[in-house]
Amino acid sequence: MIRVENLGKSYAGQWVVDLPELELPRGGLTAIIGPNGAGKSTLLSMIARLQSPDRGVVTLDGQDILRIPGDTLARRLTVLRQDNAMAARLTVSDLVGFGRYPYSKGRLTGEDHAKIEESLALVELQPYRHRFLDELSGGQRQRAFIAMVLAQDTEYALFDEPLNSLDIRHAVSVMQLLRRAAEELGKTVVTVLHDLNFAARHSDRIIAMKNGQLQFAGPPHQVIRTVALRDLYGIDLNVSRTDGKLMVDIYG
Amino acid sequence: MSPELRWQRACRLTLALGLVLALAVAGYMTLGAVGKWSFVLSYRGEKLLTILLVAWTVPAATVLFHVISRNPILTPSIMGFDTLFVLIQTLAVFLLGSATVSAWPPQLVFLGELAVMVVFASLLFHWLFSRIAQSLELLLLVGIVFGVLFRSVSGLLQRLIDPSEFLIVQDRMFASFSGAEPQVLTMSAGLVGVATLWAIWRLPAIDAMVLGRDAALAIGVPHRRLTAEVFLIVTLLVAASTALVGPITFFGLLVANVAYRLLPGAPLRLTLPLAGLLGAALLVAAQVVLERVLGFAGTVGIVIEFLGGLIFILLLIERAR
Repeated sequence: MIRVENLGKSYAGQWVVDLPELELPRGGLTAIIGPNGAGKSTLLSMIARLQSPDRGVVTLDGQDILRIPGDTLARRLTVLRQDNAMAARLTVSDLVGFGRYPYSKGRLTGEDHAKIEESLALVELQPYRHRFLDELSGGQRQRAFIAMVLAQDTEYALFDEPLNSLDIRHAVSVMQLLRRAAEELGKTVVTVLHDLNFAARHSDRIIAMKNGQLQFAGPPHQVIRTVALRDLYGIDLNVSRTDGKLMVDIYG
Repeated sequence: MSPELRWQRACRLTLALGLVLALAVAGYMTLGAVGKWSFVLSYRGEKLLTILLVAWTVPAATVLFHVISRNPILTPSIMGFDTLFVLIQTLAVFLLGSATVSAWPPQLVFLGELAVMVVFASLLFHWLFSRIAQSLELLLLVGIVFGVLFRSVSGLLQRLIDPSEFLIVQDRMFASFSGAEPQVLTMSAGLVGVATLWAIWRLPAIDAMVLGRDAALAIGVPHRRLTAEVFLIVTLLVAASTALVGPITFFGLLVANVAYRLLPGAPLRLTLPLAGLLGAALLVAAQVVLERVLGFAGTVGIVIEFLGGLIFILLLIERAR
């Protein structure tokens, strides 16, 4: 379980994250929604130790996250950030191989190679394994990074808008992949999502944030409601049910 | 590029470059020899050792610097390291006079220079990392400013000192592959050995730094500490090579970028040895061709820097497109 206590981060005197208490229970898929600037990415960054909070603590299964050694933490929790602008001169399989670094420290074993293959297969990138990242489309590159996270095989995996720049087919398949990771592999998946329908359909819990604060949280059928979402985003939208499935119509 | 293909290519390149290097070394040791062989071989052997040491040190420092700066057209000299070296030399002559300076044991001078450079680099690094945002761009910018400052101060002092003293300073300011003293050579070799072992020990983690800060942290690489370590390794390497032959600006850039082209996307355990081998083959072959065959003594540094400068301009043009 990831627990956040009194967590705060401020820029120029303004709290971009201000969370007295928040729990992300073990297992399942948690979606974090909210408008831009709500503090979603900052929250993920602080949980994954990419940014240090100005106050408060994050605990992972009861342990203060700052006291866990880096390589131990990397075997239990990982994060995929939004902007992965990076050295393009890296092949897909090399990139995915870095996901095994916490285990093998750069010397890939047979088990590592098996994991790499498995991850490449899950994101359907085997034919592109020897391509350089700058020879891929945006969607393929995104899937390559997701494969790296899968190869890292951590119990907790945080994703910051993983569906960015994916077409419909791959967005659905990545979402199903995260779903399977949670369901079949028993991982705890926490992901920032902008598409409310993906959040409604595939998550077990939804956390809504605005202005750095928690607005509401709960299972989709409790929080995907017209009034609550209108208030959260400040736009006119409608939630309906088709065949018992929630649909959010945001298109005005 | 598949790992197998890359490995094959690395083997072929190593073989070819090894052959070139062997031929160049044979030519260097034997061509145009006059007098007793035992003297010729030991005299030239010492010079050869200097060249080989620099041929490894400069490309290694450049490649490692590229990893932490994540920019393949920078060189460590942009941080003002070599201008600091020139400033130390100038200051020593200015304050104490060349007679005093040359009377000091070379080991002491070497250690002194090394200490100043390491202290400068660590201060720069720690000051910037604790005070200002963790931005390497800023670090580089400050380095450039320091470089200009050191160069200007040296320039001013050199105008103020006695012309004959100036000649002595000037002599030490340009890369020359014949000036190293045996004691300095031994100490530099030890220093380079330590820095190299350190780099090898940390190599897998350093490799992971191509992912950038966030992804590197996500897989458990202590990014900030490692950046500091690599920075220190680069400082040691640059200090050693500068003490041996004087400031070198573009040689490392030339060799590193050729190595990147030959083995695109390769891990450091392949890129670093290739860069070293390329550097060695290039330097020794240049010595043989320019000094022994064409008879232009002391021009190797200039020619190599000229080539490196051309590569630098080409890289800039290529980026602009």
